[in-house]
Amino acid sequence: MADGRLRQAQISSVSGDVYLNVAVSGVLTGLVYGLMALGLSVIFGVVRVVNFAHGEMMIVAMYLAVVLFTQLGLDPLLMMLPIAAVLFGIGYVMQRVLINPFISRPEHSQFMLMIAVAIIIVNSLLMIFGPDAQSVQTSYAFDSFALGPLIVDATKLYAGLAAILVAAALFAFFRYAPLGKAIRACADNYTGALVVGLDVKKLYALSFGLGAACVGAAGSIIVLIVDVTPPLGPAYTLLAFIIVIVGGLGSMPGALLGGVLIGLTEALGGLFITPSAKSMLSYGVLVLVLLFRPQGIMGRKLT
Amino acid sequence: MIARLLHGVPRHALLLLALVLVVLVVVPALANDYLLTVLILILYFAYTGQAWNILMGFAGQLSLGHALYVGLGAYASAALYVHFGIGPWLGMPIAILISAACGFVIGFLAFRFGVGGVYFAILTIAFCEFTRIGFDHFTWIGGSAGLFLPVANYSQNDVWHLRGQPVMFYYVILALTAAAFVMCHALLRSRIGYYWQAIREDEPAARALGINTFRYKILAIMISSGMTAPAGVFYAFYYNNLFPEQTLFILRSIEIILGPIIGGVGTLFGPVIGAFLLTGLSEGLQEVLTNYGLDTPGAKRVFYGVCLLLVVMVLPNGIWPPIARLLRVQRRGPEG
Repeated sequence: MADGRLRQAQISSVSGDVYLNVAVSGVLTGLVYGLMALGLSVIFGVVRVVNFAHGEMMIVAMYLAVVLFTQLGLDPLLMMLPIAAVLFGIGYVMQRVLINPFISRPEHSQFMLMIAVAIIIVNSLLMIFGPDAQSVQTSYAFDSFALGPLIVDATKLYAGLAAILVAAALFAFFRYAPLGKAIRACADNYTGALVVGLDVKKLYALSFGLGAACVGAAGSIIVLIVDVTPPLGPAYTLLAFIIVIVGGLGSMPGALLGGVLIGLTEALGGLFITPSAKSMLSYGVLVLVLLFRPQGIMGRKLT
Repeated sequence: MIARLLHGVPRHALLLLALVLVVLVVVPALANDYLLTVLILILYFAYTGQAWNILMGFAGQLSLGHALYVGLGAYASAALYVHFGIGPWLGMPIAILISAACGFVIGFLAFRFGVGGVYFAILTIAFCEFTRIGFDHFTWIGGSAGLFLPVANYSQNDVWHLRGQPVMFYYVILALTAAAFVMCHALLRSRIGYYWQAIREDEPAARALGINTFRYKILAIMISSGMTAPAGVFYAFYYNNLFPEQTLFILRSIEIILGPIIGGVGTLFGPVIGAFLLTGLSEGLQEVLTNYGLDTPGAKRVFYGVCLLLVVMVLPNGIWPPIARLLRVQRRGPEG
C-alpha cells in the first residue's frame, strides 16, 4: 500500500514537470503563431480584407527558408529579415494589382479572389517541391536548456524570442514612425485619411506588405519547429483565423495573446486528450469567444 | 399553384428550360461511363450549390461550412444503413432533420449573439472543423478509419436501397437537382423569399419594416442545411465510403460554394451554370494536361485557380447575369 502510494506520488510529480514543460513549449510555439496572426490582423485592421491566403503565404516563406538552408546552408533565423523583405514585396504587389479593385466589392467576392490565390500558391508549391515533408536540421536542433525542472528546446526558445523581437519592432513602427501613424490613421478613419491628403492606396499596399512580412518572418522562424508540406497552407490559414478572432480581429496585442493562448491550448490538449484532437479544443475556444465576446479578448466593441 | 409558379416567366425561357431538361434526361443513352460520372458530379454540385445559395444568395449570410451538412447527411444515412439496415429513403428524412437541427443551433447561436459577415463565415468553418475532428474519434461511425457501405457487383438497379449502376445515380441526382431548382424558384417568389431579399439588401431597414429578421435568418439556415443533407445521403451511397478528412474537409465546403459564386450568387441558374463550367473545366483541364504529359500533381489545380481568378476579376457578379441578358430570359424584377 505505502509502496503504491509512493509510486503514485512520484508519477504525479514527474507529470507535473511534464505539464510545465509542455505548457512552456506551447507558449513559445504560440508566440510564432501569434506573429503569423499579427500579419492577418494588420491586413484586416487596415485594408478590411480578410486574407484567406494567409497560411499559403506562410508556407511560401517556409519553403524559402528550407531552400536557403538546404542549398546555401543559411540559418533560417538569420534569413528571417531577407525572407520577410521578399514577402513584403509579394504582399505589396498583390495588394496593388489584385486586391485593390476588390476593396469595395462584397465579402464573398473578396473571399473568392483570395481562395483562387491560395489554390494557385499551394499547388504551385506542390508542383515544385512535391508532397513530401521538408525540414531544416540545424546544428542546434537537439540542444536544450535546463532551468531547474524545466527543460526548454533551444529551437523553440530561439523561435519564441525571434517572434517577440519582430512583433516588438512592428509595435514600435506603428507607435512611433510617421508612416506607422499614417497607416493607423487610415485604419481609424478612411475618409479622414483621404481628407488630410494621405495616399491611401499606397498605405493599403504598405499595410498588406507589412502583414505579409510578418508572415514571412513567422514562416522562416517556424521551420525550426515544424516540417513543411503544401497542405499546411490551409491549416495555417484556419489557425491564423482562430487566433485573431480569439484575440480580437484588428487588435495587434490581441493577435499575440491569442497566439499564445492557442499554442498553450494545443499543447495541453495534445497532452490531456490525444494529439490528433488538439485543434478541436482550439475550435471550441473559438466558438466560445465568438458567442460570448465576438469582438475577441482584446478587440474593440463591434458596432 | 403551377400557374403561380409560372407567372411572369417569359415563354421562351420555359422553352429553353424544357429543352435543357430533355437533353439531361436523354443524355445517358448517348454518354459513356466517364461522361456519366462527370455529369453526376456536375449535378451534385448544382444541387449543393442551389442549397447553399438559399442562405447566401437569398438571405445574404455567407456560410463557408456547408460540408458539415453534407457530412451529417452522409454519416446519418450511412450509419443507419450499416448499423440498423434502414434504407436511404427512410434515412433521408432523419438526415434532413439532423442537418436542419444543426443548422438551427448554429443559426440560433450566431444570430442571437449578433454574429454576422466574416465572423459568421468563420463560425461556420469552426463548427465544420470541430465536427470533422470529433468524427475522427467517433468510433461508432468508423472514426478516422472510415465508414464503408457494403459493395457488390449489381446487375440490377435497386432504387429503394440506392444500390446499382451509375445510370440510376444519375437519374436520382437529376431528380434531386430539378426538385431543388423548382423549390428555390418557389421560395424566391414567396413571402419568405421577399423577406430574405430585404434582409440581404439592408437588414436594419428590413427590421424597421417589421420583418422578424432573426426568425427568417434561422429559417434560411434551416432550409439550406436541411436541403444539403440529401446530397450527403447521395454522396454516401454513391461513393460507399466516408472519411471525416474527406467528407468534412474545408475544401469540400469551398467546392460547394465555387459554383454559385462563379455562376452568379442569388440567381437560380447561377449554381447550375457554375457547376457545369467548373466541373467541366476541371475535367477538361485534366484531359488536356494528360494529353500533353503535364499532369504533375498540382498542375491542374494551378490552372483551375488561374481561371477562377480571371472569372472573379472580370465578372464580379458571376457568369449568369450576362448570359441571361443575352438570352433575354430575365424576369422583370429585382431577383433576376
